[in-house]
Formats: sequence, C-alpha cells, structure tokens
Amino acid sequence: MMTNLGLGALFLTFVLSFYGIGAAIYGVKTKSPAWVASARNAMLLTFPLLTLSALSLIYLLVNGHYEVEYVARVTSDAMPVYLKITALWGGQAGSLLFWSWLMSAFASAVMLRKWDQDREFLPWVIVVTLITLAFFLLLALFVENPFRRVWMTPDGLKIALFQPAGAFLARAVPQGLNPLLRHYGMVFHPPMLYLGFVSFVIPFAFAIAALISGRTDDRWIRITRRWTLAAWLFLSAGLVLGMRWAYDVLGWGGYWGWDAVEVAALLPWLPGTAFLHSVVIQEKRNMLKHWNVALVILTYASVIFATFLTRSGVLSSVHAFAESSIGPLFFVFIGITSVTALALLLWRWNSLKTEVHMASLFSREAMFLLNNLLLVAIFIVCFWGVVFPVITEATGFIGTRVPALANLFTGQKITVGAPYYERAAGPLFAALLLLMGICPLAAWGHSTVKTLGRAIWKPLAASLVFLVLAFVAGVRQPLSLFAIWLVGYAGAVIVYEFGRAALARHRQTGENLLAALNRLVSRNHRRYGGALIHLSIVLMALGIIGIEMFQTQTQGSIPLGKTLKLGNYEIMYTDLISTSSSTHEKTTATINVFKNARPAGILHPSRAVYFDSGQPVTMPGLRSTLEDDLYVILVDWEDISAQGATFKVYRNPLVNWLWLGAILLAVATFVAGWPERERGT
Amino acid sequence: MKKRVLLPTVFFLLLLTVGAASAQSSTPVAVTDDQVNAVASELFCPECENIPLDVCPSQACIDMRAEIRQMLEQGWTKGQIKNYYVERYGDRVLGTPPARGWNWLMYVIPPVAILAVAWIFYNSFRTWKRSSLTKDTQSPEIQSPPAVADDYVARLEAELKKAKK
Repeated sequence: MMTNLGLGALFLTFVLSFYGIGAAIYGVKTKSPAWVASARNAMLLTFPLLTLSALSLIYLLVNGHYEVEYVARVTSDAMPVYLKITALWGGQAGSLLFWSWLMSAFASAVMLRKWDQDREFLPWVIVVTLITLAFFLLLALFVENPFRRVWMTPDGLKIALFQPAGAFLARAVPQGLNPLLRHYGMVFHPPMLYLGFVSFVIPFAFAIAALISGRTDDRWIRITRRWTLAAWLFLSAGLVLGMRWAYDVLGWGGYWGWDAVEVAALLPWLPGTAFLHSVVIQEKRNMLKHWNVALVILTYASVIFATFLTRSGVLSSVHAFAESSIGPLFFVFIGITSVTALALLLWRWNSLKTEVHMASLFSREAMFLLNNLLLVAIFIVCFWGVVFPVITEATGFIGTRVPALANLFTGQKITVGAPYYERAAGPLFAALLLLMGICPLAAWGHSTVKTLGRAIWKPLAASLVFLVLAFVAGVRQPLSLFAIWLVGYAGAVIVYEFGRAALARHRQTGENLLAALNRLVSRNHRRYGGALIHLSIVLMALGIIGIEMFQTQTQGSIPLGKTLKLGNYEIMYTDLISTSSSTHEKTTATINVFKNARPAGILHPSRAVYFDSGQPVTMPGLRSTLEDDLYVILVDWEDISAQGATFKVYRNPLVNWLWLGAILLAVATFVAGWPERERGT
Repeated sequence: MKKRVLLPTVFFLLLLTVGAASAQSSTPVAVTDDQVNAVASELFCPECENIPLDVCPSQACIDMRAEIRQMLEQGWTKGQIKNYYVERYGDRVLGTPPARGWNWLMYVIPPVAILAVAWIFYNSFRTWKRSSLTKDTQSPEIQSPPAVADDYVARLEAELKKAKK
C-alpha cells in the first residue's frame, strides 16, 4: 500500500514536471499568463507529491518493510528509529528521492515570491528547475527506484517494481546502514550538503532566465543574492559538518583527508564563493557580467558533477559506498546543460557588454578579480586531482590495443592524495588569505600603490606582533612563522576595519564603542556581515594551520597502569572493558590524562566491530581545549588484552578554532543576508 | 592464484635478504611504532583507496605495517620500502603519482590552465584599461569615480555631520 503510494506520487511528479516545462514554454510562445500560472502551479504541486513519496519511504524504512529492496539494504531491526529515518539518504536510490524532494522544496519556495516586477523570468525559472528535477526523478524512477520489491518467482528471487507473473512478495535479509554512517553526523551532514547543492540551482535558473528573456541587467543577481548566500551557507555548513564527523568517527586524528569525494563536495563551493564576490562588482561597478554568468554555470555544473561523483561509484573511496549505472546519464545531462547554458551566454554576449572599465590594478575590483582567479585556480587543481585518476584508468584500453603506447597508457590505478592537494592548493589558499587582508582596504576605482600602502600600513605593522609572539613561543620554521603572521595580518585588518568605523562613529555621536559597533553592523548588514564571515575564515584558518603545521603524534603499546608520553602530556592506561549489543561488540579503554604531570581528565577511546559487516569503527577519546586537542585512539591492529594495549596519541594544537570559526561563519552569514529596513529587495 | 601469491612472496624474501646483507648491522634493530608510522604515512592502502597506510584499519594494512617493521629491523631505508611496495602493488600505493609518462599531465595541466585563466584576466584588464584611458581623454565627464578609501565610512561621517547640524 505505502509502496504503491510512494511510487505513484513519484511517477505523478515526473509527469507533472514535464507538463510544467511544456506549459511554461507554451505560455511564453502564446504570451498567455494563464499557461505560465498553470506551470507555476505544477511546480508548486511537486512539493506535496514528493513529500508524500518521501514520507512513504520513511514509513517503510521505520517499519522494517524488508520486502522493499532499498529498505533491506540500508536498515535493520537493531537500528534506532532516528537512523532508520536518516537511511532515506543513506543509499543511492533514497538519496536521489531526497535530492528531488529538497529541489522541489526550494523551487516551490521561489515560486511563492512576488513576481510582479519579474514576470519575464518566471517561465524560464520554472523550466530550468523542472528540467533539473525531472532528471533526478528520471533516475529515481527508472534507474535507481527506492520502491523496488523482492519477489519470489518460480525461478528464484527477483527484484522488480511490479509483481512478475506467478510471483509473491518475499523479504530480503536486512543488511543495515554502513557502520560508519551510524552516527549523529548522518542526521546533519548529508542534508546540509544536499541543501547547498540544490539551492545553487536557483541562481543558475535565474541566470538562464535572464539570458533567455534578454533582461541582462543585474536584476537576476539582486533577486538571487540571498538564495546564493543561503546556498553558500548550507554548502559551507555541510562541508564543516563532514569535517567534524570525520574527526569524530574516522579516527585518523584529522578532519580532512583530501579523499576524492570530499574534494568533489568542495568543487561547487569554490566557484560559488567566487560568484558571491564577483556579483558585488557587478552591483557596485556594473562590470563582469559575462564572468558572473559563467561562474554560476560552472557552479551548477559542479553541483551536478559532485552528485555524479558521489552517486555513480566512479570513484571508489570510503565515501563511495554506492555503485550503480547512472554514470552515463549524469554525463549526458552535465554535457547538455553546460553546452546549452554556454551557448545562451554566447548568444547574449553583446547585451552583457558594459561601458564601465577597470581603472587600476590596485583597485578593489581588481582585487576581487584576483580573488576570483585564485578560487578558480584552486577549482582547477581540485578538479584535475579528482578527474585525472579516472582518466588514467579509463584510458588503459589504448595501451592494451596499441602495444607501442602500452608504457604510456598503462591503465594503472593511481592515488592522488593529500600531498598533491597540499602542495598545489596550499599556496593558493595562503594567497587568498593574504588577499582577504588587502582587498577590504583597497579603494574602488582609481587606486595606486601609494593609496593602498597608506591604507594597509597600520594593520601590517600590528600584525608583526604575531610574528614576534610566535618566535618567542619557539616557532622557528619560516613557513610556520609566515602562516602565523598571515592569519594575524588578515585578522588585524578586520579588527582595524571594525575599529576604525566604530571610532569614527564614537567621535561623532559620543556613543560608547560597543554601541557604535552594534549600530554599524545593524546599519550595513552586508558589509559588516561580510567582514564577520572573513573573521570566521581567519579563525578557521588558525585552526587549520594549528593542526596541519603543529600536530604531533606518537604510538606505543603500554601495559596496564603504565604511561605513554607526548610533549607535556602523559596518558596512563587504567582499564579495558568489552560490551556487546545486538549490532556490535565494543571495546573501551580508560585513560587517565596528565598535563605537566597534573591530572587533566579521563578519556574513553573505543573500537566497535559490527557483526553484519565485520567493519571496525574507531571512536577517539578527546580532550578538547582552545589551546589544543588531545586525541587518543585505541589502535585496532594490535592484539588487545587486559594487560596491554596500543594507543595512538595526537596533539592537535588550536584545532578548536576551526569549529568556533565555523559557528561564527553561520551567524555572520545570517547577518550578511538579513534584510535592511531602508533597502528592500 | 597460487602464482600471484608466490611471486611477490619470493620477491619480498629476496629483497629482505638483499636488504639485510646491505645493512650496516647484522642484528635486527628495535623499531618503534612511530618509526613504522613515519614510513606508512607516505604510503596508501592498496585495497581501500585514499586511506594512508598508517591509519588504515584493514587487515591488509595491518599486515603491511608488520612487514614494514620487519624491513626496518633489517635496516631497509624508507626509499627501499616504498620502491618495494610500488613494485608489488603499482603506483597507487604512493600519495602522488610519480612524474613519468602520462603522469606528467597530472603536474603540467593545472599550472597551464591557471596561467591560461590568468592570461585571459590580465588581457581583459589591459583592454579595459586601454579603453578606459581612451574614454578618459575623450570624455572626462564619464571618468571612473575617484578613490575613496572607505566609501561607507565617508558616507557615514557625512551623514553624521549632517545630523549634527
């Protein structure tokens, strides 16, 4: 019953999306607002229908309907209800339905805005969003359908949507969710990432609508500013939550392993961030119109590409737990949408030309452009790092067929790991941070080295304090000293920016500095929200530099009651217990921590082995302070007995600033996007 | 299948013998976990991709770390150990592909692409600047606005002055 309901709703939405596309185009052709209104209603109707479909699947997941193949693949009786619900996006087929549901939610929300001034955009926004939705529905219906059932036929078990002749329903053996996914992180990380992905479809839809309708002024940018900001926030939050999840569960002492799927999720963030910056130039200086459209096309293509990478199984990594045959369809879709979008851009090339020109290499707009160049450069590095191993493997057939080229096209699988990304993208990220410390102080329009120098010398001088402090603290490596100075300088510029404006207000009005600061932010959310986002990036950079450059670690086997030393920390192994549940066996150690020979807490690192998959999951013991984290892992490859165990201990300096920075980033993005009373959009 | 297991084992034993012979000390030296991890961190799990060997929990990686310990005890260098695993599993055990043959593209394409984008940006900038200068001389009234160190602060101060009056 629920299976048919979910399937029926899914199929109806698919048909409806085609109707909506057709009605919108027909409405434009016949200049009939009624047809466009009907297309809008079709778009709005997709949301309740997909909600019904998603709820049906959740019902099946929660109630253990193992006759549905997807339910058996991602749930088991032993899983708690909250994890059964998250299993909606825990596997391929369910996540495609979830993606579609989020897409329809966002598109419907856009439909509910006032369209009085923007009637010409409406049909094309409907067409673009519905085409994207229809593609995902096509996959969810015909390639990876979450409602397929298991049937017992005279020839044995068969998986099919509808009852084969002479067959009856059977129950599949429940496998349960991948143990690494059985974590609270599963509740937040994938939905946030998906929200980021789908919400970037909105600015893309408006850009395409602007190109098709010929209204190529900056109206589409003004309308989508908050949508873009929301998309960027969701994507950033999704990435950070993924980092935290990795830090808490994967047990390697780090937060980001440059795994191909992690890099894939980062890809849309890079042109998305560049777009957020470059739209400011179009709004302020009426420049870079072509570039903005190109960036939003690149962001959309990256969203689809990232989904393809994570969903198609083309990469086999810790994340790519699902494999299916949807790859070629994704490829065709990315190709068609990108080529069409670029063709539209070329078609409207002349109408996007502007009469305003850049005056100086040291102007703020030039700095924004440089920021865009750096973000695109990081995108190129990351894209190539993900794609090259796939190409290498895929071109192996050339070597097989042409012996002369056998040495060149070996088809050998290669790894592109952290060393490549750190060497290639590291300096680019550093340059971006440096630019963040220069750009806010550069002037719009005509600017020279002299004016720029005059603006930056004070924070530059103040930042030298950080250099001295780091040197006094014992840092000697030139690269580490430079990194600390860089973070200090970028931070000093933001503080200087706030301080200067607050002081000006304080002198004029007599308000105290805190009140002046508050009024400043409330009077210009966008500017000071942006500055706060920069501050959050500085804090995150501090955390990243701390763990990347100053992490120390040791590993050793210690008998019960003995200690292992790392810097000024010492851990004493005091107990080991094993507990068993219906799903896994868990071994937990008790560790007494000493810092400078004084007691500093008790940790419980553990390792669980899941019965169904045999997969071990390592949970670190964590002592977290603003100064550093002590991260202890009960190593799982040594024999463990009550007499002795092996521990791996990491000291991760300053890493908490990464998470604190992320919280500030969320708050600051809200500030930046909050409507201002005197200006309406 | 048997041949696939036998060949690397013979090769490994052979290398162990050569390594031992070339080592300064004939007796095995005590090797700490940290020394094993220092080598393992530069290698990747050959089965579960993208996981560095020092943190990989799979059985294959546990065995590889035990092998590395033995090799270090026999006096092998980090380079020798890495070469051994490359021979055995291919380039995939390295964190970055070695720069030879087709792999050169891995290192050449990104800088070329970045330089190409930078060149496009610079070229556009020069064109803008040239046409801006031409326009400046032709019609001074449409010049770009003068440099304002901080337009918002300036506006703010102007507003406040007005309010004070």
